[in-house]
Amino acid sequence: MSGRHGIPKSRWLPAYVTVYLAFLYLPILLLPIFSFNNAATTTFPLAGFTTKWYASLWHNTALLEAARNSMIVGISVAILSTVLGICAARAITRYRFRGQRAATGLIMAPLFLPEIIFAVSLLMIILQLGVELSLVTVILGQVIFCLPYAMSVLISGFGGFDRSLEEASLDLGETAIGTFRRVTLPVVAPALVSSLLVSFTVSLDEFILAFFLSGTEPTLPVYIWGQLRFAAKLPGVLALGSVMILISILLLTLSEIIRRRAEHRLRAQGALNA
Amino acid sequence: MAVLSGIEVEQRPAHPRKNRVRWTASDEASGLALISPTLLYAVALLFLPILIVVAYSFWTQDYLTIDRTFTLQNYQTALGEPIYQDLLVRSLVISLVVSVVTVTVSYPIAWFISFHGGAHKNLWLFLITVPCWTSYLLRVMSWKVILGYGGVMNTGLLSIGIIDKPLTSLLYNSNAVVITLVHSWAAFAILPIFVSLEKVDRSLIEAAHDLGDNKLMSFLRVTLPLSLPGVISAFLIVMIPTVGDYVTPKLVGGKDGVMIATAIQAQFGKGANWPLGAALSVTTMVIVSAAAGIAVLALKLLVRMAK
Repeated sequence: MSGRHGIPKSRWLPAYVTVYLAFLYLPILLLPIFSFNNAATTTFPLAGFTTKWYASLWHNTALLEAARNSMIVGISVAILSTVLGICAARAITRYRFRGQRAATGLIMAPLFLPEIIFAVSLLMIILQLGVELSLVTVILGQVIFCLPYAMSVLISGFGGFDRSLEEASLDLGETAIGTFRRVTLPVVAPALVSSLLVSFTVSLDEFILAFFLSGTEPTLPVYIWGQLRFAAKLPGVLALGSVMILISILLLTLSEIIRRRAEHRLRAQGALNA
Repeated sequence: MAVLSGIEVEQRPAHPRKNRVRWTASDEASGLALISPTLLYAVALLFLPILIVVAYSFWTQDYLTIDRTFTLQNYQTALGEPIYQDLLVRSLVISLVVSVVTVTVSYPIAWFISFHGGAHKNLWLFLITVPCWTSYLLRVMSWKVILGYGGVMNTGLLSIGIIDKPLTSLLYNSNAVVITLVHSWAAFAILPIFVSLEKVDRSLIEAAHDLGDNKLMSFLRVTLPLSLPGVISAFLIVMIPTVGDYVTPKLVGGKDGVMIATAIQAQFGKGANWPLGAALSVTTMVIVSAAAGIAVLALKLLVRMAK
């Protein structure tokens, strides 16, 4: 049997892909299933449908406080990593300079480091400087962690950018700022939005740095970690977890749609110019 | 699409240099100026802190103060104490097993998407990556729910009559840690492999077939060697971070699944001994880098032999 390009297509591969997807999704689907289960334990068969665990979330002030902290951290981290990511991604895709590889390597390094090691190193430098642990320290740390993700999104967004458009704009008398606002920005805007959404999602779900650097103000994952010791709290945690998973999936889907539409538009433009 | 495909960015050639000499100089300056805020941030909050860790690892904790005379005593403790030796060895073995398993089970998926994804490659990649973007802590918790004594796996197997009493061997051991970590890192392995498979010239595979290679031979002699850079990236991006994983061993590892991160964390908690914590961190990084380097060499050698 032969597929396109004469690449052999095997019969077992689609079955394998199905099993693999089930393995990937099963743990994520289990949380919502049990969050509607009318029992405090996570066993089959299910005990009936209830929304009481979700209702209980609204009256939990500690949880609402943690949610507020997560929002503050998430929004700040998203903005900071995207702004810093824009500088670096633009420098890398637009210019060529000595030390480029080393600089890129350093910014991308958190992807290749055990998180606990830079969490501990940040904790040491922060306490050493006599700075109090707070949401600010969480934000500072998470930006380092989110930068590689923001950069990846932005680099692929900027990479397809046609430089001659900017040159044409400058040649026709537009200022550098005007060119950025009227030519560059509209083309790269989808990548910016994507980067904001991805960074926010990564920050929302990040645990280790928040755990080490948050002091007395927990974010949602740190709050959940504290609840895990109590078996009775499990259903509430499952409901909260389901909400968080839903938010993450929605944000990522949104980011993907924005990016793909931009890609299609760029491709269509390219075809037109050719 | 692949969010992580940017990892490969260094291999992409930058814009062709313009011939005008004056502009080259200015290009360099502009590039450096533009990257400097990000670079300074990374130097201040990533590079310097790591240097501090290295410095601390050569100092000693003297009750509440730090004695800054150079000493190797922390390393003697880190490498000599049986408890740290055990934790280091176990962490290393677990991360090695996790990365080998993850890369092996993920390769066919990357291959499938690259060669048979057709017009829906992006959709496939998105489907595969979504679970990995949801909260890591929640996914580990979910595995605890699945593998626990009164958990999904046990109660499920009981109710369909495969077992007659709950299995205790599912949770709180290294196997549970490995399963959970493989699940967590799947997308990180698939993306780099996919990116490198996309670059494989399809006509080379056709040529191999035309010249009489069967499926297996053309895979071993053409596809696998050409996708090796992706396999190596995938291997490193899984192995190095997992060695220091904290949440998974804590939640599903039990006594037999404790890893080095727990010992590192302990040095920054109540029984504070920062220099020892620093030495453990440095030791872990050095050992895992060396092990990863050896593994990559072995992999290259294996692939060359298979050719």
